[in-house]
Amino acid sequence: MADVTITVDGKKLTAPAGALLIDVCRKAGIEIPAFCYYPGLSLQAACRMCVVRQEKVPKLQTACTTQVAEGQVFITDSPEITQARKATIELLLGNHPLDCPVCDAGGECELQDMTFKYGAGESRMVDVKRHRDEQQWSPAVYYDRPRCILCYRCIRMCGEGMDVWALGVQNRGASAVIAPNGGDRLDCEQCGMCIDVCPVGALTSGSYRYKTRPWEMNHVATVCTHCADGCKVTLGVRQSPEGAEIIRADNRDKSGINGDFLCAKGRFGFDFVQNPQRVSRPLVRNAQGVLEPVSWERALRTAAMKLTEVRDTRGGSAIGVIGSNSTTNEENYLLQKFARSVLRTNNIDHERTADYAAFAHALAGHAGRAASLRDIASAPAILLVGGDPTKEHPLLAWELRTNVRINRARLYVANTTPIKLERQAKAVLRLPADGYPLLAAYLGGQSTSIRDISFRDALLAEESLVVIFGPEFRGAQLDALVKWGIERPHIRYACIGAYANSRGAADMGLLPHLLPGYVSVSQPGAFSSEYPGMPTAPGKPLQEMLASVSSGDLGALLVVGANPAANQINPAELRKTFLIVQDIFLTETAAMADVVLPAASLYEKTGTVTSTYGDVQLARKAADIPRSKPDFEIIVRLAGAMGVDVKTLVPFGGSAVTADLGQSRGAQAGEADRHAVWLAARSLEPKLSPFDPFATMDEIERLIPAYKLDRLNLFGGNDSPTEPGFVPLSQLIAPDGVTPAHDGLFTSGTLGRYSTSLVDLLRHQSPSMAETAAD
Amino acid sequence: MPRLVSHPDEVKIVTKRFGQGAANIDRYIELGGYESAKKCLEQGADWIINEMKTSNLRGRGGAGFPTGMKWSFVPKQSQKPKYVLVNGDESEPGTCKDHLIFLHDPHSVIEGTIIAGLAIGSKLGFIYLRGEYRYLLEIMEKAVADAYAKGFLGKNIFGSDTEFQIITQSGAGAYEVGEESALMESLEGKRGVPRIKPPFPAVVGLYGGPTVINNAETIATVPHVIAMGGEAYAAVGSPRNGGTRLFGVSGHVERPGVYELPMGYNLKKIIFDVAGGVRGGRKLKAVVPGGSSTPVLLPEEIETLGMDFDQVGKAGSMLGSGGVVVIDDQTCIVEFALRTISFYQHESCGWCIPCREGTDWLKKSLTRFHAGFGSAKDIDNIQYLAENMLGRTFCPLGDAAAMPTLGFVKKFRKEFEDHLNGKPCPFAKHVELSVV
Amino acid sequence: MSVETMSIFSPQLAARLDALVAKYPVRRSALVPMLLYAQDEVGYLSDAVITEVASRIGITELDVRNVATYYSMLRFKPAGRFNVQVCTNISCMLRGGYDIFDRFQDELGIGHKGVTPDALFSLEEVECIGACCWAPAIQVNYDFHDDLTPDRVPAILDQYRAQAKSEGKADHA
Ligand SMILES: Cc1cc2nc3c(=O)[nH]c(=O)nc-3n(C[C@H](O)[C@H](O)[C@H](O)COP(=O)(O)O)c2cc1C
Ligand code: SF4
Ligand code: SF4
Ligand code: SF4
Ligand code: SF4
Ligand code: FES
Ligand code: FES
Repeated sequence: MADVTITVDGKKLTAPAGALLIDVCRKAGIEIPAFCYYPGLSLQAACRMCVVRQEKVPKLQTACTTQVAEGQVFITDSPEITQARKATIELLLGNHPLDCPVCDAGGECELQDMTFKYGAGESRMVDVKRHRDEQQWSPAVYYDRPRCILCYRCIRMCGEGMDVWALGVQNRGASAVIAPNGGDRLDCEQCGMCIDVCPVGALTSGSYRYKTRPWEMNHVATVCTHCADGCKVTLGVRQSPEGAEIIRADNRDKSGINGDFLCAKGRFGFDFVQNPQRVSRPLVRNAQGVLEPVSWERALRTAAMKLTEVRDTRGGSAIGVIGSNSTTNEENYLLQKFARSVLRTNNIDHERTADYAAFAHALAGHAGRAASLRDIASAPAILLVGGDPTKEHPLLAWELRTNVRINRARLYVANTTPIKLERQAKAVLRLPADGYPLLAAYLGGQSTSIRDISFRDALLAEESLVVIFGPEFRGAQLDALVKWGIERPHIRYACIGAYANSRGAADMGLLPHLLPGYVSVSQPGAFSSEYPGMPTAPGKPLQEMLASVSSGDLGALLVVGANPAANQINPAELRKTFLIVQDIFLTETAAMADVVLPAASLYEKTGTVTSTYGDVQLARKAADIPRSKPDFEIIVRLAGAMGVDVKTLVPFGGSAVTADLGQSRGAQAGEADRHAVWLAARSLEPKLSPFDPFATMDEIERLIPAYKLDRLNLFGGNDSPTEPGFVPLSQLIAPDGVTPAHDGLFTSGTLGRYSTSLVDLLRHQSPSMAETAAD
Repeated sequence: MPRLVSHPDEVKIVTKRFGQGAANIDRYIELGGYESAKKCLEQGADWIINEMKTSNLRGRGGAGFPTGMKWSFVPKQSQKPKYVLVNGDESEPGTCKDHLIFLHDPHSVIEGTIIAGLAIGSKLGFIYLRGEYRYLLEIMEKAVADAYAKGFLGKNIFGSDTEFQIITQSGAGAYEVGEESALMESLEGKRGVPRIKPPFPAVVGLYGGPTVINNAETIATVPHVIAMGGEAYAAVGSPRNGGTRLFGVSGHVERPGVYELPMGYNLKKIIFDVAGGVRGGRKLKAVVPGGSSTPVLLPEEIETLGMDFDQVGKAGSMLGSGGVVVIDDQTCIVEFALRTISFYQHESCGWCIPCREGTDWLKKSLTRFHAGFGSAKDIDNIQYLAENMLGRTFCPLGDAAAMPTLGFVKKFRKEFEDHLNGKPCPFAKHVELSVV
Repeated sequence: MSVETMSIFSPQLAARLDALVAKYPVRRSALVPMLLYAQDEVGYLSDAVITEVASRIGITELDVRNVATYYSMLRFKPAGRFNVQVCTNISCMLRGGYDIFDRFQDELGIGHKGVTPDALFSLEEVECIGACCWAPAIQVNYDFHDDLTPDRVPAILDQYRAQAKSEGKADHA
């Protein structure tokens, strides 16, 4: 819209006609207080805090509903306005309990801040305040009416933002309350967005309430460890006797692609970190066949001896390595490098939930055709085929809804079963049960059993399009879908898989036939000199490795942060090989191991992760759990124990080295010293540590053309997109070893089972949501 | 059955068919009914609006907005259907005039609605009655059904090719729903919370379509304006205040009732002549001139006061809904103020802070104050609160609560002070309110 | 689900509500009157009423509750068969509305929002009911009684007691 010029407090401001005065002012650095206004949500004009004086208008006007037009003149600061705001605060406080000293929001409460800034010094109110008992609506959400200022942010966030509409306002006047949809209980997605936007302490979270005061926390910006969407999350961390404890997760600073969004998993599912069932000591199976705690040295030596023995006697192909979907890129990279160059095996894989290899293959040579989440968030048109983002990719669903709602993006959905996002769709194509394989042909204009031609016509009329496809698309089918769009201009793609770093696992070469960057192991190119002695025949995919375990053919299996015994193999079978497990819990798999090495979770280490959209972000160490180590360090130490010169594994030292960010040291007494001793014993400079994942990051960037990361951006906490289109055109399409995870809102693979919050929420929401979430 | 009253000074225009069985459609026709609608059908929209503008008819709902002008704001062309909305929510304490119209002359409301529809090019009108008026709703429903049966409503009204339909609607107890945009919300099946303005109803109203909303008395007056001609109607009233008005005189008078008097008629005469003076020969203490939300006037302020929108406005109050509430000298103003504010506290929709919290706080303070537990500071606080609600709320209900409160405190400060120092109320027995 | 077959309302009311939703340009416009008519029959807005109304309109129960709790004539607990609503607002107050209310309290032995043990009467102090010029006024269910004095209270109650009796007989006949 055309720009107009208005005058605010004597300053000339230019803004598009029709823009809201409050936004125009705020952009110009003119502060307008507001309770009910929340950018992106519908207007309320309810709190009356944003009042301003407009020339020639008799009454004060609300800046949050005033649209600017040419020549308007406003005053935002005058004794009259100050008095109006002061009175509004006074009125609010008339029924407010002022229990700030015990209120969760104390210290970060908008009412406190406003009272401080605009409020009255003393209270005129002498009458009794209205009281109502606090209510627990769900394990996650509590409501305290006396603190509620009825700004309706929660209702709008839940309704307009989440499309859940679980909150309402009931009664009227001073008896008005916010009410949940289930009468006295809340039946919803439990995302906690309502708690997050509440400007005061009226909505509080089950996990955080009465735990701490905000100023006692440190805030660490990192990446959510659950689904593959890559929400940035700010963890509130408090020192604990044992280290550092996470007590809250949110993204109030709106940094990152997710803005203030987090789903229940990101917001509440961090408590696995403190689960008492965490492995806290290295374990080795003793002569009686029982796992017993041992020193790190002993455990590493036991593992190293066995690995060395199997490799040297039966060859690397008798060793298998299973990597993780939620370890960092640097760890994944290191793990496969260790497997290939130290263990001399290509038997390396991970639990694949999407066919990223086929995706990379299909896009090979076509730069600019992969869609980052930011591309999706601003795309004018989107085709969603397969999957159910509302349950499995909450952030994606949020971005799609927001894009439709705010930017009027056109969403097209083609799915075999109905999904909730169809409520936002401009058009829906209901596919027959076997419809996905036909889709590319249908889109290409061929006649198939799909009859609805208008859907295709509408799509083809779009000038630019992002196609997002679910894990139903793999191998040749995926290839065909991407080929359809590659032939047309302005079509981008996104492939959605599960788990925080499954994309990174694939990108980093945790695959039996592909090296980092999807380079074929048979034509390793530069890798042959980087990984001297690596085998060039494709290794065994995960299923085959497990089959060899069962048949007793695998001499040793190293499992890092994966739990195949959960659903891929009968746990007892695992006893048929020498099993080394790095994990944070004594999972079904770890329980069968010969050596268990206690690992740090993603919230306890630093490194990068790649979302399913190829967006790379920096995960930062927030919590600190004694006696566990990051997988990166464990691998380096394991290699060290096998007698490897760790310099060949991690290019630390020299110009590429940055620094040891201290993340390799635990917090327990003496650890720093031991760390120094270990370094000294190997004549390494403490600051130039082999445990520094950033040294490996340099190598990743050197060897994987897609990973050209903008470091400044990355270290500033932003996402940095990557392009599988840069991969060399490898000949292979992956053998289909993909099993979609279908985690729901309250499940997160093995990890989710160790989060008490998520287990509670799942129980609270069952059966209405639990079945869909759990299947 | 509400008692009908009359007085020689009355000019019976709107009430002329009262008590004559006009709820029966044939009787209504016999008394000249539906002729105005037919005439309007012939004359067309521009003519109607012009007559209405000439008539100086101003809205009887309270604000006194010129009706012809309001109708002229509706865009001629509209993508969405246009609607006529008749506001029969009548809930302002002191007001019961629409009650009589629905009871005695329901067809005048229907006829007025048809004319409004013709004026703005609408095919559908709604008549919204407060939920308590169930027996009146039944009368209206019967009248509407009769009008359909006669072909006055429907696809081809009066045999023309013009369509007009009417739907009647019941509220369920909410004063705030009388506010025009809140009424639209209610009619759409929502909470009676007002809407952000602009856009105004004439542009974006019911179901998002351009909508004219008028008070039931305004609408019932329309056929008479057409019958008399705008000019003749205007001549009955005072400058810029056309015609007559139904004044509901209640409280401490000898002959309370609804009287139809020309605009500009003197308030003192209303009380002392028309309504027979203060009951039991007592002295007049104060009068609320236009429903509970209008600031109270003192006897000396009404001597020469003509009851029209402009004159009452100049006197520092408002003509409002025409509900004249007369208060004698045995009445406690603090209790009266308390009863008034507790009404607004009960009816505040709660949407905005100043009204929701302000009415609640005022009610609490006044309750305590009236019970004899007040302090001198309270009087200032009450005034401070009311002053700080005024003009700051989302809809006029906040003002409707603040204005009378300010009037009471400013004009009767002495009486407030008499309640101080543990002194009980010099008049009242009732200190508790159960309505919460 | 077919509302008709599952209805908790009488066939007459169900038919009336069917007609009601069809009357408006938008179905939801039927909500407020529907709640009131349902209450007239059932006595109050029970959970079952809310559920059925929600499904008839096609909105959530939360939506229905949000709206229902707004309107002061709608209630969520049973009232007496005859709900006595005494106006004490200004015009009635000036003419003895509180005396009328007091007399009802005495006669019925219940207070504001109380229900008599035989569930025949309930009592409420209400805001202006639009009968100010005939004050003091009350409503018993939807019937107006105006120009009252406390002395007329017993007769009014007797009238409804008699009505209850004859209707009760009619029911059994
Ligand atoms: C709180 C509040 C309550 C109102 N109640 C009524 C009412 O009961 N009846 C009415 O006609 N107008 C009422 N109004 C005025 C209406 O908003 C509107 O101005 C009127 O219906 C317009 O009709 P008119 O132009 O014919 O007066 C009320 C306004 C407010 C702010
Ligand atoms: S937790 Fe999320 S889904 Fe549930 S009420 Fe709050 S905002 Fe709505
Ligand atoms: S609970 Fe919080 S967000 Fe919701 S209305 Fe109350 S103060 Fe606002
Ligand atoms: S689970 Fe996914 S959507 Fe939820 S907070 Fe974590 S990254 Fe975001
Ligand atoms: S002033 Fe505010 S709270 Fe009061 S009725 Fe109007 S919108 Fe509701
Ligand atoms: S921010 Fe404008 S009224 Fe609340
Ligand atoms: S004040 Fe009682 S009916 Fe109006």
